[in-house]
Parts: sequence; C-alpha cells; structure tokens
Amino acid sequence: MNAIFEKLAMYFQFPFVQYALIVGILIAFCSSLLGTTLVLKRFSFIGDGLSHVAFGAMSVAAVVGLTNDMWLVLPVTILCAVLLLCSGQKAKIKGDAAVAMISVGALALGYLVTNLFSTSANISSDVCTTLFGTTSILTLTKLEVWLCAILSVAVVAVFVLFYNKIFAVTFDENFAQSAGTRVNLYNLIMAIVIAVVIVLAMNLVGSLLISALIIFPSLSAMRVFKSFRSVILCSAITSVLCAALGILISIVAGTPVGSTIVAVDIAVFLLYTLAGWILRRAKH
Amino acid sequence: MSVITCSDLSLGYDGKVVVEHLDFRVDAGDYLCIVGENGSGKSTLMKTLLKLKSPLSGQITMGEGLRQTEIGYLPQQTVVQKDFPASVEEVVLSGCLNRMGLFPFYRKKERDLARTNMQKMGVEHLAKHCYRELSGGQQQRVLLARALCATRKLLLLDEPVAGLDPKVTAEMYELIYRLNREDKITVIMISHDIAAAVRYASHILHIGHTPLFFGPTREYCQSAIGKAFAAAEEVAL
Ligand SMILES: Nc1ncnc2c1ncn2[C@@H]1O[C@H](COP(=O)(O)OP(=O)(O)OP(=O)(O)O)[C@@H](O)[C@H]1O
Ligand SMILES: [Mg+2]
Repeated sequence: MNAIFEKLAMYFQFPFVQYALIVGILIAFCSSLLGTTLVLKRFSFIGDGLSHVAFGAMSVAAVVGLTNDMWLVLPVTILCAVLLLCSGQKAKIKGDAAVAMISVGALALGYLVTNLFSTSANISSDVCTTLFGTTSILTLTKLEVWLCAILSVAVVAVFVLFYNKIFAVTFDENFAQSAGTRVNLYNLIMAIVIAVVIVLAMNLVGSLLISALIIFPSLSAMRVFKSFRSVILCSAITSVLCAALGILISIVAGTPVGSTIVAVDIAVFLLYTLAGWILRRAKH
Repeated sequence: MSVITCSDLSLGYDGKVVVEHLDFRVDAGDYLCIVGENGSGKSTLMKTLLKLKSPLSGQITMGEGLRQTEIGYLPQQTVVQKDFPASVEEVVLSGCLNRMGLFPFYRKKERDLARTNMQKMGVEHLAKHCYRELSGGQQQRVLLARALCATRKLLLLDEPVAGLDPKVTAEMYELIYRLNREDKITVIMISHDIAAAVRYASHILHIGHTPLFFGPTREYCQSAIGKAFAAAEEVAL
C-alpha cells in the first residue's frame, strides 16, 4: 500500500499528471451534467455522432487546406447539434435514428472526400485519433487546462441558471411551451453548450471517453435515485469520483487512461444496479 | 369580458384541412365543453389555442390582460419517458415556471403555490414519490395540479378523465367544476362524456370537420344534433 502512495506522490510532481487529473475531472463533471438530459431525450450517442461529424469536417478542412481546422470543425459540429436537438418533439426523425443518420453520413462523406482529393491520407490513424483523442490526455499544455477550466465554469453557470427550465423542457416540452416558456431558446442554448463541450473534450480525451462520460454516470444514478435533482447530483459526484479513480489507477497500473476510466464507470454502474435492486427489495 | 375569440378559423396539418369555419367566443367564467367524434379535430383546436401550432387561416384573439403565461394546460397524453426520474413535487413546481420570468430559482411563493395545489388535488402525501410510479389517476391529478400552478385565469383540459375509474372520474369533474365556480377559472374542456358535458358545462362546442353547434348547454340539449349525439351515446338529456 505504501509503495502505491509513494509512486503516486512521485508521479504527482510532474505537471502533466496534475493537468491530466484536473482536465479529466472537469470534463467528467461537465459531461455528467449534460448527460442526464441527453440520456432522457434519447440522445445518448450524440457524443459519438458529433465526433464523426467533426471527423468529416476535419477531412474537408484538410482537403481545402485550412491551417487551423477548428474554424470549420466547431461551426459545423454546432450546426449539427442544433439540428439534432432543436427540432425537439416535433421532429419527424428523432433521437437515435437522427444521431445515427448524421453520424454515419458525416463519416462516409469525410472518408469519401479524403479518398478523392487527398494524396497522402492515413485514414485509419485519423479515425483512431478522433476515437481516442488527438493529444492524449497525458500531453496537455497549460493553455488547454485553462481553456478547459473556463469552459467548465461557463457550463456550470448555464446549467445552474437554467436548471428549472431545463427540467421543464426535458420533462414535457409541449406543456412548457403552452405555458409560455421559450422552449426553442433553451433547446438552442443547450445544443450549443453540448456541441462546444463535445468538440473540445473530443480533442482532449477522445470521443469514446466522452460518450462513456455522458451515459454511464447518469444511467448509474438513475438505478438508485428517483427525482431529477438527486439524479443530477449523484451522477455529477459519481462521474468525478470515477474519473479521478480511473486516472489514479491508470497511473499506478500503467493502463490507458480513457479505457481505465470507462472500466471504472462500468464497475460503478453494476454496483449501483445492485444497490437499486436491494433498495427496492428492502422497501417491500 | 371575452377571453378567447375565434373568427373563421381553419385548422390542419401540412396544408390539409381538419376543421374549418370555426367561430366562437369564450367569456370569463365560462365552462366550455368541446365534443365530437375521434379525429374530428378537438385536440388540434386546443393546440392551436395554446399556440403550439399555427392555424391555416382565420384569427384567434386573446382577451385583454390574458397573457400566454397565464394559461394552464392538461394534455391528452403526456408521453413521459418510461425511465424519467422526477418527483411529484418537481413536476408540480415546473408549472410555476412561467411566473418567474428571468429569475432562475423557485422562491417560497412558488413552493407554497405548488403545495396548495397539491393539497387541492389530494396528492400532497405523494410529493416525494416518483411520478412514473404513480397510477394513471394519480398522474392525472399531479398534471392537473401542475396546470393549476400555471394559471389563475384559463384552464385547457384535453380529456382529463380518460382512463380513470367511475368514482375518480366523478371526483375529477367535481374538482374542475369547483375550480370554475369558486376560483372563477375559465375552463375549456374536451370530453367524450356527453352526460357530464351537459351536466357541468355552460357552453358546448360540437365539431366534426365543420362546427356543428356552438351555444349554451340548454340550447344544445334541445337541438337536433345534441339529441342525435346523445342517443348515439345512449344518454338521456
Ligand atoms: N401530428 C399530426 N400530423 C398530421 N395529422 C394529424 C396530426 N395529429 C392529428 N392529425 C389529424 O388531424 C385530425 C384531428 O386530430 P385530433 O387529434 O385533433 O382529433 P381529436 O378530435 O382530438 O380526436 P380524439 O377524440 O381521438 O382525441 C385527425 O384526422 C388526425 O389524423
Ligand atoms: Mg384528442
């Protein structure tokens, strides 16, 4: 046991380990806040979908020869998020089908464009980087850490200020609108926040981890808790703890960071499922 | 004082007409019952009154002093996700949202209002329960409490008693009647229960692609269409 702590203490003298822990926790926190609404609106896979869109946009940017592809990637991804999330309950194609359509379409078009116009394309490595992050979480710079911190503060502020409206719109969009709540405005705000978080986090930790961070904590919390507020609180706490634990384990055991966090999330999900089952039993 | 006036209103989806030439007027304190066969456009009319969809043509005039944020609505179906975590209290409180403007949190005022309305609907003891684990009748009461939080003036109910047992149905009608009588809330209700409609409502609107009847309940009972509809439903007027 002591050896483990010594090892950890040694690693924590390196700034890149500190950065990884900070960014990991911040992203886990933000995505768990957004996760509950996304899961309830049947957009669990939006992280994956938007990352494919970003991949498509990156391919186009590479072909066109943009030096900084963020100027194309961010607007295109935000646009897709807005299209997906703002059509709301009136959409003819919705939820999983809409996400799948946009995701598969963007992936195919991106691949096609690269194949047609690019001479030295290394497609499989490009796909791999969108899945697992362009810069690994262990090579973050100070600037990226600050960016992440500012973004998290903004996300938390938006979430807290609009919490009651987000609940009303997620629970019953028609009623909220009939009572004069500006449903479209709140859907738009959420869509933009979600797109920005996903695009930035995707670059830092990869889309695989983002998807996991969006779904696992809220699904876990829903096994045990029955009110919106308790689910949100529980999933935020769970998410942060799982991310921290996953990063620590990966440092000690030398395993890949993203996959370790996901593994911890899965273990916690099973634990919560068991707890929920026992609680329900105990009530009867 | 008129609350809602509709003149030559046509409704439909994607350019396809469902109801046309609607002309009616609801005054403050009225209890209007909308009747008609399945698919005759009752819910469509209600959604249009709520501005959830726009009419194909014609005009809806809201009375003076009635803002969109003062309308309470009980939908025909509330498709709540099977796994949505929400307590009864949270659902009822969400009806208060339109009172708060830009202020982001519920104050004591709103919490008190929610508690009062839960008491009125007899669901106060369920406040901490999970909404989706309630029975259909209890859920309906919770949604009515939410609608009450949203309004002081006008209540729009789309088949509020669908799926309730006879005893609870009678209680529900009494509740709505009392809200209309004692709290002076204007009620517009869609119902298939013609017996209850003529018993409680002050006015009847009967639609079937075109308006078939609009007027006070007394006249409806004497009209040919009223008699025919009641006979089909095997109800004595
Ligand atoms: N979203 C929609 N898109 C297209 N057509 C619709 C839509 N909703 C309803 N309709 C059509 O409009 C007509 C009126 O529907 P509406 O729901 O208003 O009927 P209703 O009078 O409320 O019937 P019920 O008694 O069954 O509730 C129906 O013919 C229906 O097919
Ligand atoms: Mg209907």
